[in-house]
Amino acid sequence: MSVPDLTSYVDRWDRRHLLDLESLTADEITTLLDVAQLLKDATEGCRRKLSLLSGKTCANLFFENSTRTRNSFSLAAKRLGADTVEFGSSGSSTAKGETFADTAKTIEAMGVDWVVTRHSTPGTPNLLARELGCCVLNAGDGPHEHPTQGLLDLLTIRQHRGTLEGLTVALVGDIAHSRTARSNIWGLKKLGAHVIVCGPPTLVSPRWKELGFEVAHHLDAILPRCDVLNLLRIQFERQNARPFPSVHEYAALYAMNATRMRQAKPNILIMAPGPINRGVEITPEVADGPHSVILEQVTNGIAVRMSALYLLSAADDRYAADKKRN
Amino acid sequence: MKKPLLIHNGILIDPSQNLNRGGRLLLDRGVVAAIDPSDEDIPEGCEVIDAAGCLVTPGFVDLGVELREPGFEEDETILSGSHAALAGGYTSILATSSTDPVIDSHGAVEFVRQKATQARGARVHVVGCLSSGRAGKQMAELGLLSEAGAVAFSDAPRAVPSDALLKRALEYCRMLDRPIFDHPEVPEMASGGVMHEGQVSLVLGLKGLPTEAEDLAVARDVRLAEATDGRLHVGPVSTMGAVDMLRRVKSRGVVVTASACPHNLMLNDTEMRSYESRFKVHPPLRSARHVATLCQAVKDKTIDAIQSGHMPRSREKMMNDLDQSPFGISSLETAMATAATALIRTGIMDWIELIDRMSTRPAQIVGLNAGTLGIGRPADVTIIDPNAGWKVEPTRFRSSCISTPLAGMELIGRVKHTIVGGELRFSV
Repeated sequence: MSVPDLTSYVDRWDRRHLLDLESLTADEITTLLDVAQLLKDATEGCRRKLSLLSGKTCANLFFENSTRTRNSFSLAAKRLGADTVEFGSSGSSTAKGETFADTAKTIEAMGVDWVVTRHSTPGTPNLLARELGCCVLNAGDGPHEHPTQGLLDLLTIRQHRGTLEGLTVALVGDIAHSRTARSNIWGLKKLGAHVIVCGPPTLVSPRWKELGFEVAHHLDAILPRCDVLNLLRIQFERQNARPFPSVHEYAALYAMNATRMRQAKPNILIMAPGPINRGVEITPEVADGPHSVILEQVTNGIAVRMSALYLLSAADDRYAADKKRN
Repeated sequence: MKKPLLIHNGILIDPSQNLNRGGRLLLDRGVVAAIDPSDEDIPEGCEVIDAAGCLVTPGFVDLGVELREPGFEEDETILSGSHAALAGGYTSILATSSTDPVIDSHGAVEFVRQKATQARGARVHVVGCLSSGRAGKQMAELGLLSEAGAVAFSDAPRAVPSDALLKRALEYCRMLDRPIFDHPEVPEMASGGVMHEGQVSLVLGLKGLPTEAEDLAVARDVRLAEATDGRLHVGPVSTMGAVDMLRRVKSRGVVVTASACPHNLMLNDTEMRSYESRFKVHPPLRSARHVATLCQAVKDKTIDAIQSGHMPRSREKMMNDLDQSPFGISSLETAMATAATALIRTGIMDWIELIDRMSTRPAQIVGLNAGTLGIGRPADVTIIDPNAGWKVEPTRFRSSCISTPLAGMELIGRVKHTIVGGELRFSV
């Protein structure tokens, strides 16, 4: 397959940073998904290499541990011909007392085109976008957003259902601490899906209702209506006090298991952002069953990250050209 | 010997005498010598300030300022802080013990007072620690601190952690006739929070400071004040729940006073959408409903006083992400204008009410000889241009701290001159 013509998409995109899905329009999200699909096809399922972005460099600046997202971004950059460079927080200068902004500026001064950043504090990518001259991609800022995770979930649903419009999608579990939830809700809402946030009240604030989302506390009550379930991991590491009595009780109320599957629509999609806690949010027979699209999500992660890197870079090239002209 | 000073052409505003009219004010020998002196009463060689178009008011009194010296001079010193106060129209400030070592001994009080005398800024009064080492366990030597000159006691910016300790201290302080200030917050419920807990924090994924953490602390405080008949001041408060509690106990006749910060009267939690640490203040910027309630409570005197909430922190400390940055704000130089913009321009209050909340009332709460233009009282005077609009430019602050949620904003009301003990110490 040849290199796709992306000109018409590039014309519709003018952002140099991808910080969240909340501030994107439905058109912008659709553009990201369309380009992701084209690039996925052109790379034969994200396996072949193109040279769309050769000569550019992507820096992974992760202040929080990550394996899958970091590698997914690296692969996305490499599939499009860009170079990658890795920075971690342990052993780097932040461990020696440098502020994260100074660390980021140092890396930018080495001449990188994108900084992909993950940090435990919400808003750090926004601060970097203001401080740095290069493109900034948020790879997760605390419990705030993880836009490429949201996009890959949208892409996966779209591949199976053709559209998001009119679907009922439930996000189940630790909404309070989940950046996946905070990206998914906006993306789903903008593309016309009905969003349910479901979990115990200590993890699902009633305020979500004020923002236009359905709030539910009993999975069994909503399950028969759902077209898609996205089972979020319980983020034990972000919780000060345990928000439910025991893992045992949580699993009894919210784990997706074979019994519950019988109450679900026959074509329900089961998704999970991973890493999954088998036996907590999801039992093995469901995770590995015919409705599960968990591994497709992983492949689509590379596709949406290629799309984001490509579109941001195109906008950045245009911005640089404009700047030169003036 | 200081020359006498005549301020003419201005409007004299003094809530203590219900004065709000054009007039002349003569200051001599460090005190207010006369209001509307006849021409023959004006001494030879008298200096004159033309206050045309301006308000002439008693100097402002701030119930709680962090001056960070000794120990954190990178944030603020007694010199820089007391001069920032002057630029904000303050002639008396109460310095809380956010220092290292803390102000829990006779010697420490003496250190602050000496430094303040040398600084020749606003008058600095010391708020001693309520607990020894500010550790929240045992009472500090409150009697000896009082003798050394401490005018009030507090563990601010932390709440007094133990209910029993607060009760004991309220009882003990009755014989000293000094108030206790409590910064109301249940620490366990506020731990790790960086902003108001509400719809905005939910969307941003930032850890919230729930209003209940403040409400519960205020409830405890007012109940203990009632039970002990002690002198208690709570503040700064920022929630509807705190206002509701205060309103109820005050209507029952319980003697308790409260204060709020001007930025909490003007800005709300949506500012945090920028993720900038300059909006990380304590108490946090609440939602618009709380802000509106707070403004009304200042108007109806449920909240007695406006305090600057000055919590200076150095630039490098504020340059971090929101979790790492401390709570901090440089607010001495913007407090009056912020309050005027929030309360006067909006038609909620008039100037005499504002001067009451910023000068007369806070002086009464502590029992300071200040907050009035009464004859024979200290000549602490602030001259304000009430109509001057100005833009907040933190790099021009006299304070060492330039972090403020108001940076770049247009405010009304500008301090033109600040006079302490009859001496002109600041002019814009």
